[in-house]
Amino acid sequence: MKIEKLLIIGLLLASSLSAASRTVGAEEALTSIGEAMKVSAPGDTIFIQPGTYREETIYIDKPLVIIGRDYPVIDGMNKGYILEVRSDSVTVKGLMLINVQKSYTKAYSAIHVYGSKNFVIEDNKLRNSFFGILIERSKEGLIRGNRVIGNAVTEQSSGNGIHAWHSDRLTISDNHVEGMRDGIYLEFVNKSEIVGNLSRNNVRYGLHFMFSNDDRYLQNRFENNGAGVAVMFSKRIDMRQNEFALNWGSASYGLLLKEILEGEIVDNTFHRNTIGISADGASKITFSHNNFDNNGWAIRFHGACYDNDITKNNFRHNALDISYKGPINGNVFDQNYWSEYAGYDLDKNNVGDVPYRPVKLFSYVVNKTPETIILLRSLFVDIINFSEKVSPIMTPDNLKDNRPLMKPVEIDDRS
Amino acid sequence: MLKILKYSFMDLMRSRWSYVYFFFYLVLGFVLFFLNSDVTKAVITLMNVIIVLTPLIGTIFGVMYFYSSREFTELLLAQPLKRKTIFAGQYLGVSLSLSMSLVVGVGIPFVIYGIFGSAAIWDFSTLLLVGAFLTFIFVALSFNLALAFKDRIKGFGFSILMWLFMAVIYDGLFLLSMMIFDDYPLDKLALGATLFNPIDLSRILILLKLDISALLGYTGAVFKNFFGTGLGLLLSLIMLSVWVLIPGALMLRQAEKKDF
Repeated sequence: MKIEKLLIIGLLLASSLSAASRTVGAEEALTSIGEAMKVSAPGDTIFIQPGTYREETIYIDKPLVIIGRDYPVIDGMNKGYILEVRSDSVTVKGLMLINVQKSYTKAYSAIHVYGSKNFVIEDNKLRNSFFGILIERSKEGLIRGNRVIGNAVTEQSSGNGIHAWHSDRLTISDNHVEGMRDGIYLEFVNKSEIVGNLSRNNVRYGLHFMFSNDDRYLQNRFENNGAGVAVMFSKRIDMRQNEFALNWGSASYGLLLKEILEGEIVDNTFHRNTIGISADGASKITFSHNNFDNNGWAIRFHGACYDNDITKNNFRHNALDISYKGPINGNVFDQNYWSEYAGYDLDKNNVGDVPYRPVKLFSYVVNKTPETIILLRSLFVDIINFSEKVSPIMTPDNLKDNRPLMKPVEIDDRS
Repeated sequence: MLKILKYSFMDLMRSRWSYVYFFFYLVLGFVLFFLNSDVTKAVITLMNVIIVLTPLIGTIFGVMYFYSSREFTELLLAQPLKRKTIFAGQYLGVSLSLSMSLVVGVGIPFVIYGIFGSAAIWDFSTLLLVGAFLTFIFVALSFNLALAFKDRIKGFGFSILMWLFMAVIYDGLFLLSMMIFDDYPLDKLALGATLFNPIDLSRILILLKLDISALLGYTGAVFKNFFGTGLGLLLSLIMLSVWVLIPGALMLRQAEKKDF
């Protein structure tokens, strides 16, 4: 028994000893990273000294740990990818990657992970990269604390910050993505978590889901993007404690829901967006404990939205709270706080005694004829809104909140 | 003319109603800042008030002044003075004193709360400019009506109706026509229709200055391309000036021909 144990320990020691650590630098034996890849064995750790390395595509085809000291600069010289990760268990940490080739046919990126498991991409800085971090057919990866900063101008000539395709169980956390096309883009990515990222000033979306199911994103901040977050053709997405701010423009919104089933939208803040949530074909979604303040529209329901539950949210100072098309379709508005509610609460139970109708006549008219928005804030519109409020004729009769709250709901957002 | 202008102006400056009007704006400004010290938001709220109120006050004041100073006007008419100078002087006196109440009344609280250091300074100056324009336009219109009707009640009635038409009914007809013809491209029509109502024109001018313009979507983009450019701004200011000049000229012509 004892001998066996000793043997095992001995073997472990031997294997750990065989995993050498190497250093690349101007004054070291190895001066180029590509060279270091060739001589290293699986399991090695490679340290990269500060400096600038001009490298063409570096292939990483064995499990390696690559650690940069003081962010050594790896210049891709505008020739294809910079790091090609093709093996399991690769760690890339602390690098500064610059200059990736632009292309209209290929998605060149600073870090390309293909068919890998258990990879870690942490604490890197990416500049002037066409795509930032591109992950394909991979599983169980961690992408944390990277800063991807670009200067995208048009959608056609720019790439996404973090782009994942056909991957499962990824964790994307605490990254900062700025000035790209989409901040974070997920297509066919399941069971993943996106936590605590900051995505701002991107040309298209801050975060973009396509055909991705069972994902969670929480505590992210999306600011001043073409549009905040687009969730399309996905199921069971859990959205919590995010902040959607300043997505302001004539076709902009905080959150777009398009063909979505069974999501949860809880504890989020929507602040100063042209449209807080734009829902089109969104069904069986729970909207609760969200703050909507100072948006143009808080929620716009287009068509085909069934059985949504809008409960215990705060709607404060939005130009128009809800815009709605078609019949009620099983959507429920209940126990929300509306800053424009003018009812009373005689029994002091914090629930207003008269129902609140969140769809104003003007918002109904605008839905039918968008050009009439030009009459916003005119006296006539105030008058017709008031008369409709007193006796509703045009707006859907059963679209109302029967138990509007007198005081705002306490919300567990990050601030 | 300058002498009559000065006389009318001083007369109104001494009148109680000018002070009431001035203090109303002063208090409004301070209350706005008391409730919310954000200058941009105060400008938005103020817009709602100014767009409705300056035309109304201009109308009522114009009619009131014209009728109450009628005897004095008749006295002046007996003097060797041109009719044009008399009426133009009175008109400018009323309009200037009302505009001054507005600018000073609203200006003081905004200056105290730091409009000069704020980015909203241009929005605010547009607002004041538009307010002054509206005053000039509606005083001219009401003088026209007052000249046309000897009967005070009729004059008042028609003036109020005119204000109601411009402020409310016009928008109603506008909305209705847009809803009826919504199969057609409407943005050109909407653009044209706003040019023909000074209240709408002022509202759009200020709305586009404020960042609420993003709400307006596609139509807003059309409007922004028009009004947002230097040319559009120039054109809308010209349009507002035309709105001052035509009723003014009509008023003078009517005064020339009228048998007192």
